[in-house]
Amino acid sequence: MSDTHHEIAAANGLLHRRTLLRGGVFASAAGLASATDSPDWMKTPGRTFSAYGMPAKSQEKVVRTFTVAPGRPGTGSSRTPLHLLEGAITPNGLHFERHHNGIPEIDPARHELVIHGLVKRPLAFSVEALLRYPMETHIRFIECPGNSGNYAGAQPAQTTAAGINGLLSCSEWTGVKLSTLLAEAGVQPTAKWIIAEGADAAAMSRSVPLEKCLDDAVIALYQNGEAIRPEQGYPMRLLLPGFEGNMNVKWVHRLNVTDAPVDARDETSHYTELMPNGKARQYMFLQSVKSAIIKPSFGMTMKGPGLYEISGLAWSGAGKIAKVEASADGGRTWTNAALTEPVLSKALTRFRLPWQWDGRPAVLASRATDEKGETQPTRAAWVAQYATGQFYHFNGVQSWSIEADGTVKNVYI
Amino acid sequence: MSTSKVGQAVPPVFFFLLTATCMAQQNQGRVLTPEEVKSVDLTVSPNGAGLPPGSGSVSTGAQIYAHKCQSCHGPEGQGKPQDQLTGGIGTLATAKPVKTPVSFWPRATTLFDYIRRAMPINAPQSLSNEEVYAVTAYLLSIDGVVPKDTTLDAKSLPQVKMPNKDGFINYWKVGQAVPPAR
Repeated sequence: MSDTHHEIAAANGLLHRRTLLRGGVFASAAGLASATDSPDWMKTPGRTFSAYGMPAKSQEKVVRTFTVAPGRPGTGSSRTPLHLLEGAITPNGLHFERHHNGIPEIDPARHELVIHGLVKRPLAFSVEALLRYPMETHIRFIECPGNSGNYAGAQPAQTTAAGINGLLSCSEWTGVKLSTLLAEAGVQPTAKWIIAEGADAAAMSRSVPLEKCLDDAVIALYQNGEAIRPEQGYPMRLLLPGFEGNMNVKWVHRLNVTDAPVDARDETSHYTELMPNGKARQYMFLQSVKSAIIKPSFGMTMKGPGLYEISGLAWSGAGKIAKVEASADGGRTWTNAALTEPVLSKALTRFRLPWQWDGRPAVLASRATDEKGETQPTRAAWVAQYATGQFYHFNGVQSWSIEADGTVKNVYI
Repeated sequence: MSTSKVGQAVPPVFFFLLTATCMAQQNQGRVLTPEEVKSVDLTVSPNGAGLPPGSGSVSTGAQIYAHKCQSCHGPEGQGKPQDQLTGGIGTLATAKPVKTPVSFWPRATTLFDYIRRAMPINAPQSLSNEEVYAVTAYLLSIDGVVPKDTTLDAKSLPQVKMPNKDGFINYWKVGQAVPPAR
């Protein structure tokens, strides 16, 4: 097969995304083992059943990464190993974590969701009570507003795609629409916000606009088909599709309906955007359109010139991904990548593009646009908006440099 | 309504409406008494709503801080090993902004709210309301946000003028699903 059969779409060997659909690009002549050459595992019975299946032994390094602060074992975050996964759904045991004072061990029989404040009648819902309601299921990403914050640093961090973007996960969430429960409590006309509080040892709380609560907010009870894991809020969490992860309050147990936000610690001290003039943007809830190339990325090594598949993830808190462009020449020329179906609103979308690498240094980059028409800014344009050292809500274009020896480095373009 | 109509044919649409109403209202929630609500409500609003009775002085707060806070936050809230709590006033518009509760947070009520719900980290919700008022007063006194002889309570705490009280711009617009473009 000759490379000339593949249509070049942008400089440095990016091929047209249709090449993927036509198939055959990566075809090779795989040898067939003869019947007498069968491997051992075909000649002896396999092992028995297990109550809860585990990944293959060879996958023991596909784990979350985290550091624990001395004296504060429950405070910090762990990262989804994006560079070791495929597709768009995060396995439950690998969903990123951000805890403020540990994972509470909640007795589901004693946990209640209380709705009070500016309501006609304050209500408490047990887990059992919530299970009586009609449920909704949606695939949604959750991203920490501090994700990719090292991209705001003066020098590019030489770390994996997970080290940069691993505070990001995507699950199928099932639960009860919050608007249903609010309707039963009877929200008063003066209500504008809801203060959501978790039942953890930080009683983590955030102010949420009432419009969001009445729109697509869910009290989620299930994650990828099973009860939400303790790390993700068992027995229930607030799910606010597209809004910064911190607001998706885990272990949610209280919703206080108010006429104003409360300036909670995590919406003043944290997750606000300090600008060069000393003023800070507050209540910037949306996780804006964003993308990252995962394959190849730091820590991987290209095995010489030839045909490779570039793949990565794109997402937007505002809706569906409309397109992802990729570049192999540091952003001078771009071509559209193929989006893996289904492309869902406020969910991770996998993109792919074939690449004929000629073995010379190249710089790969991706740039996503969502259905609202928002496109990722350059890193420089993003950084210029803020005071020194600010990193929340970074969504600038990310890039990797491919060295002649096949190593991959983080690089700013 | 006359009882003589009972037993008469009822239009099918009536049953439909009845069913639809039942489906919309599961009504599985337990109605709470005001006392029950009060027992779980930790929210403190910037206008002071939710602040409990009691009071605490700077001098009392200094003693509590030394015993229960200083090992993590350093002397006089200077930080290390954990977050710096004091200083940084006037740095926000400089090349090296230092964000602390006193330099950055717009409301004194946030300090009370956060300490009460989450601190100290090894024993959250162990401080009495008086102790929370006192520690809040002490922390605010270190940089002179309140005088050293201050006693804070539900009335005086919301009146405290934080150095950065006008430093935040609320980007959420009521009725807009998405904040304005950046």
